[in-house]
Amino acid sequence: MKTGKQSSEEELFVSGHRACHGCGMAVTVRHVLKATGSDVIVVTPTGCLETFTSPYGYSPWRVPWIHHVFENGPSIASGVAAALKAQGRDHVRVLVIGGDGATFDIGFGALSGMLERGDDVLYICVDNGAYMNTGGQRSGASPMFSSTTTDPAGTRSLGKIERKKDLPGIIAAHGVPYVATASPAYSKDLEKKVKKAMQYHGPRYIQIDTPCPTVWGFPSDRTLEVGRFGVTSGLVPLFEMEDGKITSVRKVKNKIPVEEYLKAQKRFKHLFDSEKGRDAVRKIQALADENVEKFGL
Amino acid sequence: MHTTEVLEGSQAVALAVKACRPQVVSAYPISPQTHIVEALAGMIANGEMDSQYVRVESEFSAASVVSGASAAGSRSYTASSSQGLLLMTEVLYASAGMRLPFVMTGVNRAISAPITIQVDHQDTVSLRDAGLIQFYVESSQEAYDTHIAAFKIAEDPSIMLPVLVCMDGWILTHSYERISMIGQEEVDGFLPPFRPANFLDVNDPKTWGSYAEEDVLMEFRYAIHLAMQRGKRRIKEIFSELAGITGRDHGGLIEAYRTEDAEVILVAMGSVVGTIKESIDKLRSQGRRVGLIKIRCYRPFPFEDILGSIAGAKVVAVLDANFSMGSEGALGMDLKAKVCGRPGAPLVIDFVAGLGGREVNEERILEIVEKAEEMERFGLPLDESYWVGLDPDRVP
Repeated sequence: MKTGKQSSEEELFVSGHRACHGCGMAVTVRHVLKATGSDVIVVTPTGCLETFTSPYGYSPWRVPWIHHVFENGPSIASGVAAALKAQGRDHVRVLVIGGDGATFDIGFGALSGMLERGDDVLYICVDNGAYMNTGGQRSGASPMFSSTTTDPAGTRSLGKIERKKDLPGIIAAHGVPYVATASPAYSKDLEKKVKKAMQYHGPRYIQIDTPCPTVWGFPSDRTLEVGRFGVTSGLVPLFEMEDGKITSVRKVKNKIPVEEYLKAQKRFKHLFDSEKGRDAVRKIQALADENVEKFGL
Repeated sequence: MHTTEVLEGSQAVALAVKACRPQVVSAYPISPQTHIVEALAGMIANGEMDSQYVRVESEFSAASVVSGASAAGSRSYTASSSQGLLLMTEVLYASAGMRLPFVMTGVNRAISAPITIQVDHQDTVSLRDAGLIQFYVESSQEAYDTHIAAFKIAEDPSIMLPVLVCMDGWILTHSYERISMIGQEEVDGFLPPFRPANFLDVNDPKTWGSYAEEDVLMEFRYAIHLAMQRGKRRIKEIFSELAGITGRDHGGLIEAYRTEDAEVILVAMGSVVGTIKESIDKLRSQGRRVGLIKIRCYRPFPFEDILGSIAGAKVVAVLDANFSMGSEGALGMDLKAKVCGRPGAPLVIDFVAGLGGREVNEERILEIVEKAEEMERFGLPLDESYWVGLDPDRVP
């Protein structure tokens, strides 16, 4: 049997794709594949990642990659994993890399099924908090009070008033061995978590906050900075859960007020021109404070 | 070695599937498909069958699991009915487009609403345009044989498409019939292991399911059409190769039954064909010139073979156990599209018969024959399909 190449130097996601300038997802995927090595099959549901990496005849993927439809990333992966098991290709692992729309919303049923069955799949959600491929519509992952094209800020609206779905918590409740959150702004931490996840068998989940300059509305040279603000404001806690328990948390030494994170992005611009908006900012700060308390950031 | 047993139709299908050694089976329960997937699960649980069985949370995922497994190079099987087939629809279009050659059983059942578990062909006919090869069977024996052929047809390098074997729910799946089965070694000889030229392989990484634009999407669609059209000959070859092993020849893409010198030809698919054959035998014994074309292969549509068999007929009566709302039955439309306008073409009339389990017995078949004769004799143009056995007083 062939033994796996595990070189972290090998580039498995190469240049030539068609992502926007400063795309947080592209840099994230590059780090993910550096951590997994080449013995993986990647499944990607419909979304930005599929669109910008697969114009027919071109591909930046140096690993076998399959896109099928939008809502079935997890079940395509389950089928691939079942086939690998049946064929005895034990050294090959299965990865899903899908956006938040595919993960939190339309593919959620399939994801829950995959988790419940205990299929040997590492599911990575590249979460940019809206349907970017179609122009930035509201998803279950959109942060509270962000303005999206289907839930926009207006004279009678502050944008999305609901909280972001707690997907890591929901996934952990399925009793899976490994759940983590990560950010491309902390790339060593990200790669370490992917490597750790690869050591487990069964369903595993990593949710990666991937800033999107195009729709979040910030200059394309500030992707990692905005990502870092998310973490240091407390809105994007970085942690690991093993067997349902929080086992590590990335402490934030110099916390910033959420305002600094929000002001860097146009999707929160409406919060700074009214009293209601300022009230919303206070509610967002409360969310960050809740995270600080809950995770001991 | 051939063996014969009295089996439920579902059991016969399960044994055929088992003999084909699928590496991955995935299914979600829905009546009347359940006995097939339960039988497979039981054989795996008892070590009689060596397959990965993925117990999914929906038909959408069942179709997806077999698609993923097929892309990874494993022979795969699923089955569903009615609403389940509709839920699979999006996946099936994509899998045909990606040329993933799994086999599935479509256990026919009507579509909601009103909700019912009774049989008709609306579910599988609604998948007509998806790019699946579709077979319809008359008996459980034919279901057994067709499933074995289906894997070889799906995986043929010149075809590489999913195959849907349609069998009438309850009437076939839940009734007992004497089934003759071929030996495992004969199945293995007929159907070698699935070794696709391309699969998800870390040693030869490829990109599957790309995004295409206006410069190439049409060509992808045309490639499926070509595979189907050219596949007609290959399907017939595979059917006759299997017939050489089983000793049973169900015909090719169609079976022409007593069509020689027939003036009235019925066209039908599914289990109703058995009843029609009985009726035709009786009518023939009375000297009436009536025949039948049984559609075995619905997609690709075998119009060349049909045209050859209806050449001398005056009228063709099509039985549709489905209906396209606002138009007519699908099989009727297919026939008209391919027959009408040709020199000397017979009159083609669409009969909607057997929706939601409505019985189609010999009496109703006689009604169809006589109605067709009458319309032909008086040159009555028929703008609408004729609904057989419809009770006008109960139309809500």
